[in-house]
Amino acid sequence: MRITVTVDGSKYTDDVEPRMLLVHYLRERAGKVGTVVGCDTSNCGACTVHLDGHSVKSCSVLAVQADGCEVTTVEGLARDGRLHPVQQAFHDNHALQCGFCTPGMIMQSIDLLADNPDPDEQAIREGLEGNLCRCTGYQNIVRAVRDAADHMSPGAGPEAEQIKHVGVGGE
Amino acid sequence: MTATVEPEVGKARRRKEDERLITGRTRWTDNIALPGMLHLAVLRSPLAHARITSIDPSAAKELPGVIAVYTAADLDPEGSIGMPCAWPVTPDMAAPRRPVLAAERVNFAGEGVAVVVARSAAEAHDALEAIEVDYDELPPVLDMEAALAEGAPLVHEELGSNKNAVWVFDSAGAGTGGDVEQALSSSEIVLKRRFRQQRLVPAFMEPRACVVDPTGPQLTLWSATQVPHILRVMAALTLGIPEHKLRVIAPDVGGGFGGKIAVLPEEMMALLIAGKLGKPVKWNESRSETMLAAHHGRDQIQDITVSANADGTLTGLKVELLANLGAYNGLVGPGVPILGAFMFNAIYKIPAYHFACTNVFTTTTLTDAYRGAGRPEATFAIERIIDELADELGMDPLELREKNWIRHEEFPYTTVAGLTYDSGNYEAATAKAKELFGYDALRREQAERRAANDPVQLGIGVSTFTEMCGLAPSRVLGSLDYGAGGWEYASLRMLPTGKVEVTTGASAHGQGHETAWSQIVADQLGVPFEDVEVLHGDTQSAHKGMDTYGSRSLVVGGIAIVKAAEKVVAKARPIAAHLLECAEDDLEFTGGRFVVKGTESATTIQDIALAVFAAHNLPDGVEPSLDSDATFDPENFSFPHGTHLCAAEVDTETGRVSLRSYVCVDDIGKVINPLIVEGQVHGGLAQGIAQALYEEAVHDESGTLTTGTFADYLLPSAADLPSFTTARTETPSTTNPLGAKGVGEAGTIASTPAVVNAVVDAVRQFGVDDIEMPLSPMRVWRAVQSGAASNDGGAQ
Ligand code: FES
Ligand code: FES
Repeated sequence: MRITVTVDGSKYTDDVEPRMLLVHYLRERAGKVGTVVGCDTSNCGACTVHLDGHSVKSCSVLAVQADGCEVTTVEGLARDGRLHPVQQAFHDNHALQCGFCTPGMIMQSIDLLADNPDPDEQAIREGLEGNLCRCTGYQNIVRAVRDAADHMSPGAGPEAEQIKHVGVGGE
Repeated sequence: MTATVEPEVGKARRRKEDERLITGRTRWTDNIALPGMLHLAVLRSPLAHARITSIDPSAAKELPGVIAVYTAADLDPEGSIGMPCAWPVTPDMAAPRRPVLAAERVNFAGEGVAVVVARSAAEAHDALEAIEVDYDELPPVLDMEAALAEGAPLVHEELGSNKNAVWVFDSAGAGTGGDVEQALSSSEIVLKRRFRQQRLVPAFMEPRACVVDPTGPQLTLWSATQVPHILRVMAALTLGIPEHKLRVIAPDVGGGFGGKIAVLPEEMMALLIAGKLGKPVKWNESRSETMLAAHHGRDQIQDITVSANADGTLTGLKVELLANLGAYNGLVGPGVPILGAFMFNAIYKIPAYHFACTNVFTTTTLTDAYRGAGRPEATFAIERIIDELADELGMDPLELREKNWIRHEEFPYTTVAGLTYDSGNYEAATAKAKELFGYDALRREQAERRAANDPVQLGIGVSTFTEMCGLAPSRVLGSLDYGAGGWEYASLRMLPTGKVEVTTGASAHGQGHETAWSQIVADQLGVPFEDVEVLHGDTQSAHKGMDTYGSRSLVVGGIAIVKAAEKVVAKARPIAAHLLECAEDDLEFTGGRFVVKGTESATTIQDIALAVFAAHNLPDGVEPSLDSDATFDPENFSFPHGTHLCAAEVDTETGRVSLRSYVCVDDIGKVINPLIVEGQVHGGLAQGIAQALYEEAVHDESGTLTTGTFADYLLPSAADLPSFTTARTETPSTTNPLGAKGVGEAGTIASTPAVVNAVVDAVRQFGVDDIEMPLSPMRVWRAVQSGAASNDGGAQ
């Protein structure tokens, strides 16, 4: 089947097998190897990307379902040489160790903040329930999301703008 | 030029590693794509124990994209290749050959029986189903005690027994203490308990993977491994590949926790197949394969006996272990319980000690190192039984610990297990933990809730610990029959522009070596943090090493870097004296500058690097080089310690446990980067708490792993864990120049007993004195019910 997908701002048209998962399409066809696979049961969240602005586990979506959609991966977040505020917050708060879960965590955190720009600790923990991390014990991830929320709150400056454009991507 | 430079060591530097990881510009092994690369998929036995009567790959070979299918007969026709075990714990240890692919028998569900090579990973996986294997099922061997009984079915018939080895330490025999039997028979209190260490899955987030490229001048093996250097040696020894023809690279590696310490049959298959076909190959496993075939951890039965006087003074300790090795000896699997032998006596002064461990083969996945390896198991048993003893004596558990621990002024202290603890201050860590926790107020609240028969009871869990970190010393490892040394290697190169390239044999997988090592080098040479680049995980750049496990990176590898830097400074000194036209003795090296004492005359080490590059004006006979390398082998282990306190609320009506607060004060000596340290502690706590409350790898009675995915194996999410309060005391280690002790395992070691002690404490009034891990709501509820029932109808 022929599909057309916009990934991180660039348009791709490809023939894919109907059974191909979006995550494999992104990694193998679009070369977006920043998005990784951690499980085969849709439990770990390592493969989380945004599909038309909302987070999905790209191992539970078929590539054909993304036909005509916009996909943003972790590689499409930084713009004009500047990190997305959530990326920056992960760095600032030491919210990663091996970094394998990190792309998925960041994508999920951005979605969480789009839904709830001012989450408390409990809301953050529940919002990240579908993403597993083995290294950090989550505490610094929770802290990073809270820190990003503070930076992105209305009036916090130009970074606040970026969240609105997420899902449109662009490199 | 600044005269005084703020020290880098101790600064909460944000990590250099992060940039590529948060932007997705990473080099995971699975990201490597080479021209003409083929893909491997392994057919795994569905049965725990069976004779293979036939394998027919012909249908699979016809499928689209399939290049070849190999069985043991193709890859190892002589049947001579055996996976290595580096730790034969006794001279008579049973060492059955572990083949790369099973030939006649499979000994655990998940063991490889054939491997498909295809153009794509999907085609390789599709072809697995078309391989016909006939099995003659044999009885599984699952229970360790049953496996040792007379007439038990045998995992390896040729051995005549399921026993791998028996390893014994006795303080009377070793001359480190008294006779334990005498202590037990002459003491006022003797308490015996049996604890189980359930089987766990290390569950690194990146599944294992490897790529082999045979097309270059050397064979290159990329692997998601913790041990690229050990892997190169082992591959050379196992397959006879000339070592200089093999380059091993551990690129970005997504977690390890001991789970990536093994040398894999899949790595050997990939090397053999790439060699046969002359084409690059990749193997990348699914999570379900990881769960089945990557080694597991823990799985011990611990019989522990303590004796004490009525005032609480400990008089003796006896430990008898059964350790489940699974189907074969892993790389260091047989040695894991032995590491624990030195830690059961923990922080206590105990006059007599006896330890005996029996390693057992079963038809299950291998067990091997998992975060802490032997030491969490030991700490659990001693810290649980100390709590039980406190209850028996009617003492506060902290008071009992205090009565028996080694006092600050008694260090260095040689323990009954024969180790010399260099430094420690259990008083300080405990006092700080108590205060942060609000110990006395929580005890009062606990009493109130008990008196009020509150359905939600409060429990307070105490756990103190110490561990032996920094494996080396090589001669000690030798005395334990470990097959390699424990030294670590570093090299340091000053580049012409004054930048510094450092290599380390300690290959990182999340520990932040690039940052921490840069901090060390920045201080040693007085150069900016940004001017240092750390190279690791590649046997070509970091040409030798012992890799990363057991919290050894800093206390062995970090010191090797200090030594290498000292050599560079020593090399620079005569050059500086020559350039400044003074005597070497007149020079002071401080903040990156050689200064002629008492004058303004100075030059920086970075300027000297350029002078050395030009080599126009060097003293006679001096080699134009500011490079060095160093290998460090410490004289002793290091001994971090800490006090962990946990408050758990237990709903006695549902069995649900929630952690209300968790406080830990760790003493890891000198800290290089507090940010990294805190992160390591958090992660360790999460893993230890998960052992207490959530995780368990379960085999059914046929030997099938029923917890084979993340849907069944309960890895905690953010919603399952609390926030932790972490703090530190700092008692420098006296056995290395940095005074560091190591932190990677601390959280895991202490947290499991802290949590279980808290839960037992919460429901003790129902007559509960133990609950098996993981403390699921069902187990806790049952314990309360049966305790209440046996308690004359319950305490309520
Ligand atoms: S890989 Fe998609 S959820 Fe695990
Ligand atoms: S940082 Fe390693 S799994 Fe999250």
